Amino acid sequence: MKSWLATALIGAFALAIPGHANAQKTKVTVYTALENDLLPSFKASIEKAVPEADVSWVRDSTGVITARFLAEKDAPKADMVIGLAASSLLMFDKAGLLETYEPKGAATLKPAFRPSKAPYTWTGTAAYLGVVCFNTAEAKGVPVPVSWNDLHNPALKGKIVMPHPASSGTGYLMVAGWLQGMGEEAGWKFMDGLHENIGAYLHSGSAPCVQAARGERTVGLALDMRGASEKTKGAPIEVIIPKEGVGWEVEASAVVKGSKVAPIARKIADWAASKEASELYTKGYAIVAYPGIEASPKNYPADAEAKMVKNDLAWMAENRERVLAEWSKRYDSKAAPKN
Amino acid sequence: MTDSVQPIAITPAQARIGSVRLNERHVAGALILALCAVLVLIIALPLWALLSKSLEDVNGRFVGLANFIAYATTPTLISSLGNSLFVAGVTTAIVIPVAFLYAYALRRSCIPGKGLFYAAAMVPVFAPSLLSGLALIYVFGNQGLLKSWMMGASLYGPIGIIAAEALYSFPHAVLILVTALALSDGRLREAAEAMGTTRWRMFRTITLPGARYGLISATFVVFTLVITDFGIPKVIGGQFSVLATDAYRQVVGQQNFPMGAVVGIILLVPAVLAFFVDRLVKRRQSAMLSARAVPYAPKPEPGRDIALLGFVILTTLAIVAPYAIAVWGSFVTYWPYNLALTLNNYDFAAFDPAGWDAYRNSLLLASLTAVIGTTLIFTGAYLIEKLKLFPRMRAFAQFLAMLPMAVPGLVLGLGYVFFFNATWNPLGFLYGTLAILVINTIAHFYTVGHITALTSLKQIDGEFEAVSASLKVPFWSTFRRVTAPICLPAILDIGVYVFVNALTTVSAVIFLYGAETKLASIAIVHMDEAGAIASAAGMATVIMLTAIAVKLAHVGLDRLVFGRLQQWRQR
Repeated sequence: MKSWLATALIGAFALAIPGHANAQKTKVTVYTALENDLLPSFKASIEKAVPEADVSWVRDSTGVITARFLAEKDAPKADMVIGLAASSLLMFDKAGLLETYEPKGAATLKPAFRPSKAPYTWTGTAAYLGVVCFNTAEAKGVPVPVSWNDLHNPALKGKIVMPHPASSGTGYLMVAGWLQGMGEEAGWKFMDGLHENIGAYLHSGSAPCVQAARGERTVGLALDMRGASEKTKGAPIEVIIPKEGVGWEVEASAVVKGSKVAPIARKIADWAASKEASELYTKGYAIVAYPGIEASPKNYPADAEAKMVKNDLAWMAENRERVLAEWSKRYDSKAAPKN
Repeated sequence: MTDSVQPIAITPAQARIGSVRLNERHVAGALILALCAVLVLIIALPLWALLSKSLEDVNGRFVGLANFIAYATTPTLISSLGNSLFVAGVTTAIVIPVAFLYAYALRRSCIPGKGLFYAAAMVPVFAPSLLSGLALIYVFGNQGLLKSWMMGASLYGPIGIIAAEALYSFPHAVLILVTALALSDGRLREAAEAMGTTRWRMFRTITLPGARYGLISATFVVFTLVITDFGIPKVIGGQFSVLATDAYRQVVGQQNFPMGAVVGIILLVPAVLAFFVDRLVKRRQSAMLSARAVPYAPKPEPGRDIALLGFVILTTLAIVAPYAIAVWGSFVTYWPYNLALTLNNYDFAAFDPAGWDAYRNSLLLASLTAVIGTTLIFTGAYLIEKLKLFPRMRAFAQFLAMLPMAVPGLVLGLGYVFFFNATWNPLGFLYGTLAILVINTIAHFYTVGHITALTSLKQIDGEFEAVSASLKVPFWSTFRRVTAPICLPAILDIGVYVFVNALTTVSAVIFLYGAETKLASIAIVHMDEAGAIASAAGMATVIMLTAIAVKLAHVGLDRLVFGRLQQWRQR
């Protein structure tokens, strides 16, 4: 029994010593919230552009990876961040965790994908939107909505789900989109009406659309690409961007301050601002940073770019606490169980 | 970890006559000190690293109780607290009587197929918790097979939470109660039978008091499990907010660690209560298995056995059926619109870059955790329960051992990040490796293993130690020759419990896994988030089958080996 234990202990400590996968290549730890299925092609493309890099992903949902990065701030484990919400990167920046670096060619990107003021710490690559997933098989005569106000239809009472804005970045970007697009007063009034029809506020940005796709609910307000991919898999849903426009967020990348492999990370940051990267992003995103690239992912609603509300990322960051407090006052306190 | 090897390494020959007492005292002191040190390192310090943040603002400045005041004045608090207590209370009230009767049938009756029924009761532990949520949605959701049974009520809310939590906590209660009912002095019953005592009176005056400690432990375990779990309310709770989802919302939704810590502290209250109740009960508990005891062996009684068998079969069906449906769901092309069966969902690499590697990582983690964890937990429980020296230190260790139960995995996981990733920590090299996952998982599941070990140890009369001492046999010999062999079934139970939980755990390790150490349980969450629900169910099925295989091997081993070694229990 003793030797058995000893073997296990030696095994445990052997595992504690980090392995060196490849002597020529340098391991670059990248935190990301990109969808799983995109990671292999991103790795291949990065390593083609920066041959000395060996990309090692740590991937999780936006909230988890953001919390983890902030929790590790005393001794960051990530060398860089790719494909994480710009609002998260603004928080990292505020905490002084990002390196000031402007990638080559960043100036040519669309203005919405770059920080509005110095210092330059992050670069946007693609945008994602909050959309409506509408299950036509469960609609029971309710017409497909074209305007946000169509969601006030009493026939949809209890059949709409959306992400809880305090749990999910997608939930917050939708709320911020309404407030900025309709104006504060009209925005809250719209949400008051919507609240009457909400079945539940869920704790994930993609779950509402997944529930709508499976007919658990009729309408799910969620991340755009989740809607498109569920439809591609055979869900009887329409993915709609209401005519008044929707809130959106930018996926961005940045180099982490103090990274031991900063020179290589900077080269990867250059790649993220390149045309190749933007083209690669079109696999999962409809709107990318590099000008002139047309993206039309399968089953993605048309003319999305035109329907993006005028969104100020800095406004979103500055007003987050105030908006969430007001939201919680209006809807959380009466979020009593409905059954 | 060294403290677990020492009692074996030191042979009785080293304990010279004359200096035995002195030696024993030193060794005992060193071992208890080592146990305390290990527990402080893996439980207390990481927790402190996070909970101390409750007194700081988001930027790390000391703000006293401001966070607590801010939280207490938020209108959602009272409703979340009320909801949490309601859900945990109702679940406990359902689970404990059912689990007790189930355990009673397994230990005190002559129904056939006990090993099989025991294994069936463990199925919810074998499956990642997400699977029970998926299973209930498949059965009772708005598109569910048995939706009509809900009579118009919605699964998403307290009903769903209570149902899923009851499924999830049932095996934990059974595990403790089966151990509590395992040992009983047959002489008491014989005497009672000879005097013509009614069965109800025997149940009230012999069975229940004997299992009292297990019953109280099980009640607290179920209550705290339910109150700290955020996985189920997150998936199935809909609008119904509880304390654990509040913590999730603060930490993952808003990265507000101080507020998360505040909720974490509120969640600790049940554990602290459990600790004091445990002390109270302990004072009254007398050993069940005295050195002169004759183990009780149930005799067949057709009426009772048939009734119990019916009950056990019904309960087993209620537990196993949802999982069977979830397994079927893992082969379905697109629920509920395309029910054609397919194997494609098991090509995990197509849905998650780690593919089957995640499964291998999970197996490695579970094996290491089981071996190291069980050794630590059982030795620790022995030191706390059986040595009579250094009572203060033992009480401290006992308190630390009871603590992890009440800590939501999320809080423990973040505490590990703050503690092990701090720049000053010499153990920082462990961060991001498999070793930290092993340590964290041991800490996370320490309490139930500890309670199982204690329940088993409490039933052995302290006279064994007293006799050993008077024969000048040091305690480590008693441990090796008497205590450990008697408790071997409980030790194996703990090992299997830890192994299986390491396979399925998510909440704590989600902050700790590294690029090369992604686990299957995490891959399941990711696949579910990405909408690959069938693949998530598929990976969960693979995990569940692995755990069941291990459990069946355990049952087989129990039969073949311990059936022989434990024959002293029979007459």
